Amino acid sequence: MGELRLMKGNEALAEAAIRAGVDGYFGYPITPQSEVIEYLMSEKPHERTGMVVLQAESEVASINMLYGGGGTGKKVMTSSSSPGISLMQEGLSYLAGAEIPCVVANVVRGGPGLGDIQPAQSDYFQSVKGGGHGDYRLFVIAPASVQEMSDFVPLAFDVAFKYRIPSLIVSDGLIGQMMEKVELFDPIPRLTDEEVIARYPWATNGKPKGKERRILTSLDLDPHKMERHNWALQEKYKLIEENETRFELIGCDDAEYIIVAYGSSSRIAQKSIQLARKKGIKVGLLRLITLWPFPKKPIEEFVKNGIKGFLTVEMSAGQMIEDVKLVVEGRAKVEHFGRYGGVIHSPEEVLEALEQKLIGG
Amino acid sequence: MTEEIIIAGFGGQGVLSMGKILAYSGIMQDQEVSWMPAYGPEMRGGTANVTVIISDERISSPTLTAYDTAIILNQQSMDKFEHSVKPGGVLLYDPNGIIHPPTRTDITIYKIEGAKLAAEMGNTKIFNMIVLGGYMKVKPIVKLENVIKGLKKSLPERYHKLIPLNEDAITMGMKNVIEN
Amino acid sequence: MAEITLQDIIKPENLVYQKTKLMTDKTLSYCPGCGHGTAHRLIMEVIEELGKENDTIGVAPVGCSVLAYEFMNVDMQEAAHGRAPAVATAIKRLWPGKVVFSYQGDGDLAAIGTAETIHACNRGERIVMVFINNGIYGMTGGQMAPTTLPNMKTATSPYGRDIDMMGNPLKMTELVSYLPGTYFVTRQAVHTPAAVRKAKRALRMAFQNQIDGKPGVSFVEIVSNCNSGWKMEPVQANTWMEENMFPFYQLGDIKVDGKLIDR
Repeated sequence: MGELRLMKGNEALAEAAIRAGVDGYFGYPITPQSEVIEYLMSEKPHERTGMVVLQAESEVASINMLYGGGGTGKKVMTSSSSPGISLMQEGLSYLAGAEIPCVVANVVRGGPGLGDIQPAQSDYFQSVKGGGHGDYRLFVIAPASVQEMSDFVPLAFDVAFKYRIPSLIVSDGLIGQMMEKVELFDPIPRLTDEEVIARYPWATNGKPKGKERRILTSLDLDPHKMERHNWALQEKYKLIEENETRFELIGCDDAEYIIVAYGSSSRIAQKSIQLARKKGIKVGLLRLITLWPFPKKPIEEFVKNGIKGFLTVEMSAGQMIEDVKLVVEGRAKVEHFGRYGGVIHSPEEVLEALEQKLIGG
Repeated sequence: MTEEIIIAGFGGQGVLSMGKILAYSGIMQDQEVSWMPAYGPEMRGGTANVTVIISDERISSPTLTAYDTAIILNQQSMDKFEHSVKPGGVLLYDPNGIIHPPTRTDITIYKIEGAKLAAEMGNTKIFNMIVLGGYMKVKPIVKLENVIKGLKKSLPERYHKLIPLNEDAITMGMKNVIEN
Repeated sequence: MAEITLQDIIKPENLVYQKTKLMTDKTLSYCPGCGHGTAHRLIMEVIEELGKENDTIGVAPVGCSVLAYEFMNVDMQEAAHGRAPAVATAIKRLWPGKVVFSYQGDGDLAAIGTAETIHACNRGERIVMVFINNGIYGMTGGQMAPTTLPNMKTATSPYGRDIDMMGNPLKMTELVSYLPGTYFVTRQAVHTPAAVRKAKRALRMAFQNQIDGKPGVSFVEIVSNCNSGWKMEPVQANTWMEENMFPFYQLGDIKVDGKLIDR
């Protein structure tokens, strides 16, 4: 069993970065995730593992540092919160285009604009529908506990390097600021320069003797070549959809209704389900772990088995519901409930919505 | 067993650290814990509060609207949380600065003179540990030995010499908590 | 006397110049008369001469030289517009033993990428930054640059750059020379053989500084022409550059070995 600690989500993410053998973290402070870079700086990772930690001049610079560092085959990471993640969209599009692996964590806060610093889940569209320009996807994974803030860091890197895709960890101010018990995983050593060179022949870390130079670019002025590049990206995305979709079913065996939620909303919904079960309402939870690839299969199964309805619970005006509806295609009732702009819904409010919108409605 | 607690008072009273010690103690006795502070504008006006959950099972929602126990350390928090205690639950408060004492009859109310006792012990910083002792007496969920273990784990080595003082404060709290 | 054929001349002993193998055989995409090709060649020659072919990572910009990676035969990354200094920062931080350079035009380095430029310079990143200043946006069709001279006509200052309305040209190189993180700051040109020799010496010093682990950025500006954007013949453009650009953007070293030169 690994070391047990009581940690904030943000601290667990930072500790996991050190333990995952990250080579470089580049970030810019923003509430509610500043603990990530503060923790990293105080832990002196350059002494612990040789990891580089640099406070950049902006989120724009941070994401482009990921482009540079990730492009050399090193494990690079940044974190921010919603307004900062908006600034990174240009860089994410380039990273996706040039197929550079990296991990970005978004500790989401209320928006739009400067919004507030309280928890929200209103960056769903931005996370899974592109965010930046062009046809691209990110591997998007949503921790629902401090434990997962730690566990998903190495997982996000594994997927990022396996498919040469940027991974996005989407949590929110609640998971970032909350403390829970974490079992820390054993440290994974950083790769040596020689290992990086041997393992990632695409990386630009100095032209190998007697071989062709490597180029990392997202540009091709020939539209036909660019179309072929896009086809290759789409093939890759299909493969990720087949292999990397993750979700969890809680109390769904006898369920007549399903709540679909992710991250902190899925935690709140679990409480609502406990309250509902006490009242004799048969409701289960589909917790999305990956937001992209979106877990279509379990929803399809529920529909086939004649589920009475879905309630999507999300701290937004209703974003994830669109993806649920795309699977359901009108074959079952789909309703949304969520508080937003930084307000967290209570378990009781979710139960009330379930009763009014699905059961009574 | 699941215990859902709100601790609320002024910033500087050690509200958040009391919650942290409680959560750490839960870990020491192999339980699941969560600690969710109010942050940002909720803390304006100098109030601080934290939701702590200790459970034998996986914890669902870390934020709540109803609690098994409320530990209340100022009037604002009394106004805000007295009615959030579940019927049959516990409200523990320090009467120092409380103008309107709790009036509910469907819960059990306890008093602990934390501020006064801390002053008598000559160290206002151990105020929160006295209150914690009071809580441990009325809700024996975390064991003293696990609190000490939790303190050792959460405090930097250089503060370990203060652990006996903290233990004294907890004992003081245990002895002096009274039902309203 | 026997007639001399071409075959008689092409012999190793007669070789006076050879293209560096660090330039690819791809035909340059630049307009005839443009300085980019010469600047590319000088950088690649210096890297070859320093024996760093296998240890160099270059960062290309957005602008006319967006395709620099097609011509420079070393590992290259193509950065987003203006972000090359941030990209280069991370590469150097993660591979301190490698040689890292960025190559940017005036729109990239001095407009959209000003923050990245200033902060990479101020942090003292141990990289070489090459800055090609031709006072215009070439790639997008001759619009006003931050370095466009007063009264100079461009597609977005068709009646000449009006200082009151459009602001002043920016002397980025002087600006970064005042930052403690720059170690070597110089302004060169590549329009005559003499200028080319000087520019190459400056580039060699810049790369040597990095190899020697000197603290800070080595920043090389090359004032260049854009005959297409300026709507001139190549020779006319060079003359115009000497008469108009050089008085404003004075050539020569500005900071050497971390010390400002008294000019």
